[in-house]
Amino acid sequence: MRTVVIQPVFAEWRKSARELLALRVPPEDVLWSDEAQEPGLFAPTVDASPRAAVPKVPPAFLDLARSVAAHCDARRWGVLYRVLWRLTHGGERHLLAVATDRDVRQLQQWCKAIGRDIHKMHAFVRFRLVGRDEATGREQFAAWFEPEHRIVHLAAGFFEKRFAGMDWSILTPHGCAHWDGSLLHFTPGVPRSAAPDDDALDDLWRTYYRSIFNPARLKVRAMQSEMPKKYWKNLPEATLIADLIAKSSGRVEKMLRTELRPAKPAPKNAYLDSLRVLNTPERPPPDEPPQTP
Amino acid sequence: MDPNGGDERDRQAHLLNTGHADEPKRQAVGGEFLAHILRIAAAKSRRFAQAKRPDVQDAKGDDELFHGMKVTTSETAGNSYCSRGQMDLQHKLEILADAAKYDASCASSGAARKDSRGSAGVGSTGGAGICHSYAPDGRCISLLKVLLTNACLYDCHYCINRRSSNVQRVRFTPDEVVRITLDFYKRNYIEGLFLSSGIIRSADYTMELVIAVARKLREEHHFGGYIHLKTIPEASAALIEMAGRYADRISINIELPTQQGLAKLAPEKNLSRTQDAMGHIRGKIDERHAEKRKPDAPKPPPFATGQSTQMLVGADDSTDAVILRRADVLYGEYRLRRVYYSGFSPIPEPSALLPIQPPPLVREHRLYQADWLLRFYGFKVDEIANDAAPNLDLQLDPKLAWALRNRTVFPADINKASREILLRVPGLGVRNVERILGARRYTRLRLADLLRLRVPMKKLLPFIIAADHTPARLGLDDDALRARFLPPPRQAELNFDAPPPPVSGDIESVRSGDL
Repeated sequence: MRTVVIQPVFAEWRKSARELLALRVPPEDVLWSDEAQEPGLFAPTVDASPRAAVPKVPPAFLDLARSVAAHCDARRWGVLYRVLWRLTHGGERHLLAVATDRDVRQLQQWCKAIGRDIHKMHAFVRFRLVGRDEATGREQFAAWFEPEHRIVHLAAGFFEKRFAGMDWSILTPHGCAHWDGSLLHFTPGVPRSAAPDDDALDDLWRTYYRSIFNPARLKVRAMQSEMPKKYWKNLPEATLIADLIAKSSGRVEKMLRTELRPAKPAPKNAYLDSLRVLNTPERPPPDEPPQTP
Repeated sequence: MDPNGGDERDRQAHLLNTGHADEPKRQAVGGEFLAHILRIAAAKSRRFAQAKRPDVQDAKGDDELFHGMKVTTSETAGNSYCSRGQMDLQHKLEILADAAKYDASCASSGAARKDSRGSAGVGSTGGAGICHSYAPDGRCISLLKVLLTNACLYDCHYCINRRSSNVQRVRFTPDEVVRITLDFYKRNYIEGLFLSSGIIRSADYTMELVIAVARKLREEHHFGGYIHLKTIPEASAALIEMAGRYADRISINIELPTQQGLAKLAPEKNLSRTQDAMGHIRGKIDERHAEKRKPDAPKPPPFATGQSTQMLVGADDSTDAVILRRADVLYGEYRLRRVYYSGFSPIPEPSALLPIQPPPLVREHRLYQADWLLRFYGFKVDEIANDAAPNLDLQLDPKLAWALRNRTVFPADINKASREILLRVPGLGVRNVERILGARRYTRLRLADLLRLRVPMKKLLPFIIAADHTPARLGLDDDALRARFLPPPRQAELNFDAPPPPVSGDIESVRSGDL
């Protein structure tokens, strides 16, 4: 039995996995664990390890592994190595097609959790305006976000594509991403206090949130399954939720008690007149499927 | 999994020879970063006022059209989010978002892939849409959904903005909408803009205002985010085409599935005209698609990639069969991307022509489930709702209800049944069907395998055969099997945060199915 301690990044696992695979160490003889210390900013370059012949794996496995590596579950390296072993020395090249396999299923679930975490980061990051670059005139924004897993690298490309025209930083406890118009770069995690708390626009956004809510369709569980409470503390609009829920039934009752409004006569208007002309010589109602346009 | 598509899939990656550039390695810029953090810290202590943009526009002139409706426009709002300007803008946003919230459409997916790299602006589309927030009504908030004005010449009785309603009328200038959109977008509150409008003066006049907003966003501000424009069937073809050029999606709301319903509740609207306009839009979308495929033709100008619509449920007496048949025509003949079903919901300005009592929310939910069966599961409308049973069962999902009516099809052997049959098994979704088809090439599937796929076993078991499972004969008498799937007698939503439901009769009516 050997213990392999690695920095928790994909490249490190891959390097160790290649060596183990070349030495034909079966998965049950390896204990994997994360190095306690956060990795440096970037994984050190891979050294020239012995280039023993390592069998090929399907590209889908590398995609899966790259994603799963960002997960926080300590068992991930072991499961990844076991699947790698089964794909190569185990003679199960088709393994990834067997979605019902215990290991494959586990990897897919971790992968899905990472996908969801990335998606929620894309959704719930809230930029705050912090200034304007005097030289370039570009607006500068900063955001604080707390992802569940180490996904900042995986999620940052989206922000580069979307917000190329402004400078921004996304700060998280696991690492930060920065864009200055030409270079996307990463720095270590920072505490919450480094990030700005609010934005002058938050009030206007809350006004929108309050107004777009329909009190007659209260579905609190549906909201929470998509926007779990753990995100609320960093969402400016979330402060309104309790109050909106509390007042909704009163608002609906008021609507139901409101006196019905009679129809008002149409105003004199040339356009309405033209519609009336169009509408009176009633065209046959298209209750049969209409002709293909 | 593989963003590069089919060709890449055949490629065999070599585990050994990919020792570079897999992790995006960028050089650390330590000093700059520290300076950046310091700037942020400094910024924390003061609020930054918004940059000023001179975008005052005279928007008066329509007030006389509304016969006593007070339309508030303003020239003060253009300058700043602070002080009176902000109060005023906030007030208008409140009314014009409230006026737009009855439109259920929220999608921001399915747009052409584009992004802001290399442009001075912001914005990207393509891929799955993102829901940036959720309101306590469970609906996602992905777009800034507002009306340009809630003043309207039409008198659609289900609508809060109809001319007979007494709501306060306000109006955004195009520049105000542009500015709120950009500022919200840069803070990552939204995916883009969904702009609609009450009809003022004429269809063309209104369309021009709506298009002006989209044009400014695209051409003056290089905005690459999602734009959904509501169009008016009576607007001229040229204007609808122009809307399609700036928008990622355009839509016309059909609102009610029959002409009779429209004649009664929305006298200015007309089903044929609406469908004609949809046909015109479909023609344009197809045309653009064909041009794109020509090998050496110049790149055609952009055009919306899809259209959608909304149908109200429970505002008139149309049955689910009538609603689904109309939806089927819209999907088939007009290639709509989505039909949204919107349960009629009480509004603060109720009309004397409409039932005050809303339909149970679950009816809308069942219609969406049926819609999915039509689009992704190979069902025909008549199998789900027909003249003999024109309304969906509110207590059971439509697929389960179909299975109970068609028991001779089952049990289906998950190790042998065709994809078409697996798609009809209650509890199996499209993705799990694909997983089953993939896995059974290599292994005989047992119940434990299905458990790992997290399928709802209770629902599934009576209808399938697995390697280690044969269901007790389905010849259980009708009610006994059906009763197993009914919700328990007291199924109030277990939600300790929520106060009692809005209308006491609602839960009751949801369960009984009485409208």
